[in-house]
Amino acid sequence: MSDRRATREAFGTTLVKLAAEGVPVVAVDADLSKSTTTSKFADARPERFFNVGVAEQNMVGVAAGLALAGHVAFTGSFAVFATGRAYDQIRNTVCYSGLDVKLAPTHSGVTVGPDGGSHQMIEDIALMRVLPGMRVLVPADATAAEAMIRVAATTPGPFYIRLGRAAVPSIHDEGWEFELGRAYVLREGTDVTLAACGVMVERALAAADILAAQGVSAEVVDVATVKPIDAGTIIDSARRTGAVVSCEEHSVIGGLGSAIAEVLAETAPVPMRRVGVRDVFGTSGEPDELMEHFGLAASHVAEAARQVVAAKS
Amino acid sequence: MTAMERVERVESAAQRMRLDIVEMIATAGSGHPGGSLSAADIVSALYFGDVIRHDPARPDWPGRDRFVLSKGHAAPVLYAALAEAGYFGRDHLATLRRLGSILQGHPDFKKTPGVEVSTGSLGQGLSIAAGLAAGLRLAGDLTSRVFCLLGDGECQEGQVWEAAMFAAHRPLANLVAIVDHNGLQIDGACSDVVCLGDVAQKFRAFGWQVTEVDGHDVRALLDALDAAGVPAQAPRCVIAHTVKGKGVPFMEGSADWHGKAPSPEQTADALAALAAQARVAEGSAS
Repeated sequence: MSDRRATREAFGTTLVKLAAEGVPVVAVDADLSKSTTTSKFADARPERFFNVGVAEQNMVGVAAGLALAGHVAFTGSFAVFATGRAYDQIRNTVCYSGLDVKLAPTHSGVTVGPDGGSHQMIEDIALMRVLPGMRVLVPADATAAEAMIRVAATTPGPFYIRLGRAAVPSIHDEGWEFELGRAYVLREGTDVTLAACGVMVERALAAADILAAQGVSAEVVDVATVKPIDAGTIIDSARRTGAVVSCEEHSVIGGLGSAIAEVLAETAPVPMRRVGVRDVFGTSGEPDELMEHFGLAASHVAEAARQVVAAKS
Repeated sequence: MTAMERVERVESAAQRMRLDIVEMIATAGSGHPGGSLSAADIVSALYFGDVIRHDPARPDWPGRDRFVLSKGHAAPVLYAALAEAGYFGRDHLATLRRLGSILQGHPDFKKTPGVEVSTGSLGQGLSIAAGLAAGLRLAGDLTSRVFCLLGDGECQEGQVWEAAMFAAHRPLANLVAIVDHNGLQIDGACSDVVCLGDVAQKFRAFGWQVTEVDGHDVRALLDALDAAGVPAQAPRCVIAHTVKGKGVPFMEGSADWHGKAPSPEQTADALAALAAQARVAEGSAS
C-alpha cells in the first residue's frame, strides 16, 4: 500500500521543517543516520548535525551540552542502544538536569525483524517511564510521529519518542494535532476497551473488526502518550466497557500495560489482560511473522478481549 | 593587577577554599575531601585568576565561560569557589548535604546558582562540555570557552575517550579539559586499580594539545590555563599533577581520604595546619 510509512520516516524530514520554521533544533546521531533518517536533516542543515560515531553515551552527553547552549537537541540511534547503552547519561545528565534533549530512536520493538533479539528493544518504554520528568510518546503512524516531534521540539524538557522501522498504515488524518498527555478514542465500543500504542493500534483496530463480527463491541484507544498517561480517558473508558486489554509491542513488564494497570488498580479495577512480549527476548524473523510468534497479532488481541469479557461475569 | 598580585589572589582564595572544604565536609559528616583539596588551586585559578569570564551577579550571563565539574564528587571545592565569588551566601556552606540545602552531595544544576550542569556520575562531563563548546559556536558565540575538570580515576570511564575523540574530530578549539591527576582513587592508587598509563600521551594520541603542569604551582597553572584558553586548532588538555588531600598533612597522598569526613579532632588539626600555611604564605608575601 502506498500510504504505508514507517514512523522513522517522519524523523529527519520533520527536523528539516522545524529548522526552516526557526526552531533551533540540532540532531546528534551515532553512526546510524541513514537508518534513523537524520541523514536527511544532515543533508539540509549540516552545521546543525553532529555524528558522534559509534558512541551512544557520548551522543546523549553531547546532546545535553548542545541543549545547555540553547539548542533543542534530538538524538537518534536505535532504541536498544539509545536507551540501554546510555541509560545513566539519560538519567543523570538529561533528566536530573531537566534538559531539552529529545530522544527519538528508531528500530524499537520486534518489528525490527531479521536483526534479531540483540536489536529488538522491548524494554525501552519501561526504562524511560520510570525517569522523573521524562515524557514517553509512542506514535501509531508517521503522521503521529511528526506531530509528536513537533510538540517535543517546542515543549521544554526531556522527551522519549519511540519510532519504528516497519511501515505502518495511516491511522490519523493528515494534519492530526497531537496533544501531550491525551489518549485518543479512535473507535467507540461498549463491551471491552482495547488500549494500544504504536504499531499495536493497527492490530487493535483489526481486532475490533474481528470482535464486531462475533458480536463484541470493542472501544479502541490510542494511548499516544504513555507518560504522563491520560488516566481520565482510560478510567472513563474502563468504567463504560468494564474490561480492558492493553496492547503493546513491548514487554508486558513495565510498559503500557503496567501503566494502565497502575491507573486502573487504584481507581477503577476491572478485568484486564496485557498483550505484549511475555518476558522473553526477541528473535530473528520477518516483522509480521514475529508479531504472530510473540502473540501480538490482531487475532491475539481479539482472543484476549474475549477472555477479559468472559471474566466480567 | 600585576602577575604577582594575580598569583597571590589565587593562592589566598585557595587557602580560604581549603578551610571551607574541610569545615563543610566536617559539618556535613560526609563528603569527599581528598579530591576537593587536590583541585583547590586549579579551581581557584579558574575563578580568581581571571581565567574564567563570569559574573556572580548574573549566573546565566550568555557571554560567560562555562565550567563543568565532571568529577562531581569534588562539589565542595566548587561550592567554596562559588561562595567566595559571591554566587550565594557563605551561610549556605554549613548546609552541605542537608535536606533542603541548595548544596547537594553532588552538583545540582537546578538548585545551585553557578552550577552549569548536574554531575556526579563519573565520565559524563567531557561529553557535556564538548556539546556545550559545539553549541556555543553554533549559536554564534565565538568568544566563550568551556572548561571541564576531570579526575584521573574518572578517566577509566570509556565515555571520556568517546568525548575526547569527538572533540578532536570537530575540532572544538574552545574546549579545555583539565585533569586533576592526583594518582589516587577510592580503592587505592590508580596504578594499582587499573593503570591509566600516560594520560598526557593518551590525550595527545586522541588529537589534543596537551600541557603538563604542577597543579599546586599557581604561577605555572595560570600560565598553562591562559595558554589553553586561547582558541587553537585543537582542543586543549592541561594535566595538572596534584596531591590528593593537598594542604591537610594527614590526608595528603592517602586514598583513605577520598570520601570520608574528618572527626572533630582531625578537623581541628586540619584547620590548624591550613591556618599555619596561610600565615606562612602571608608572611612570605609581605
